[in-house]
Amino acid sequence: MIKYSLITLIFSLLLGVHTPGIAADASADENSSGFYIPEAQRRFSEEQGCVEPTAEMRANHMEYILDQRDATVHEGIRTTQYSLNECIDCHVSDSPDAPRADSEKHFCNSCHTYTAVSIDCFQCHADRPVKTKFQSRLNEGMGNE
Amino acid sequence: MSEESNIDIYRRRFLSGTATAAAGLAVAPGVMLTEVANARAADTPVSSDVRWGMLIDTNKCDNGCDDCVTACNEEHNLEGFGRPSTDAQWIRKVTLKDKQTGHVQSLPMLCQHCEHPPCVDVCPTGASFKRADGIVLVDKHICIGCRYCMMACPYKARSFIHEKLQDQVPYSPRGKGTVESCTFCVHRVDAGVTPACVEACTAENHNAMTFGDMNDPESELSQQLKQYDSRQVRADLELNTGVRYRGL
Repeated sequence: MIKYSLITLIFSLLLGVHTPGIAADASADENSSGFYIPEAQRRFSEEQGCVEPTAEMRANHMEYILDQRDATVHEGIRTTQYSLNECIDCHVSDSPDAPRADSEKHFCNSCHTYTAVSIDCFQCHADRPVKTKFQSRLNEGMGNE
Repeated sequence: MSEESNIDIYRRRFLSGTATAAAGLAVAPGVMLTEVANARAADTPVSSDVRWGMLIDTNKCDNGCDDCVTACNEEHNLEGFGRPSTDAQWIRKVTLKDKQTGHVQSLPMLCQHCEHPPCVDVCPTGASFKRADGIVLVDKHICIGCRYCMMACPYKARSFIHEKLQDQVPYSPRGKGTVESCTFCVHRVDAGVTPACVEACTAENHNAMTFGDMNDPESELSQQLKQYDSRQVRADLELNTGVRYRGL
């Protein structure tokens, strides 16, 4: 059911994207359906922005993070490309008053509200980039190299 | 430029980028923290060539000190709700007193990361599992919160989350309705760094905790285990614990 509603959504988005004058990555634009997708804070790659082409991500992001989830928890594979933390790091602002996961303004929830999809990722997972002591030290260490 | 060639360029850049990142990660830990072993590359699965373990020297563990507990709580953001009977507890200090002599010993008790973990045996969904490198974890995506594992664990190492949580840290997802326990700081181990409790103990110069690879005869842990007498708690259960104690 989730898939079907998303496919419908993606189809409508694609129609919007191909309209002349609207850039393919103008994700912050209020689109014709009347809901708002917040602009990403940074880009994973300069060429296409997200880790896969935008249309592919809109259709199949849940498959990518589901596969990554099992690989990370059970096999300790910690590549960042498809990790939920990486989604959050790029797409959600780390400012203290940025919208949280229960708000319609949160990146994930903006679309999920529109498509009536309930996710429980953020009952456990961090819904915004958090820099803890450990992470900053790891980054500092890597920066010294 | 067509979409396809864009993807090709992107993939090439990504691959060269990951190689650089992996190389950085492999050497970084030695620079800033205690290196436990050569860190795996991020895209390599864990293997059973490694078995992570810990040796705790109770003679060096001070009765009043709870640095390891504090470090754990801070690392994983284990906030209490003022209800000690149900608040999450991944590591706790246990005090033992010999009633005859009055001798008091203090030691940290945590998940013992057994080779034959009873929590894994009883789990009805497969959520409780042992990673190839010996770290016993809960896959909270699969956990239904039945708490059989809490009953099965002889070390009382697991906690159930009773409350709705907020502000979890990215590397340590925790949520209401699931069981959790010490992960040996798996996010650190995967980056080639010692667990937070060991780091805190070492930083304060107590040096009561040693972490390392039990399968590597050259590791500091293996050397110490070879040199000194150590014990497993409840060795009679034949669980072959990954956490060993000296002076117990």
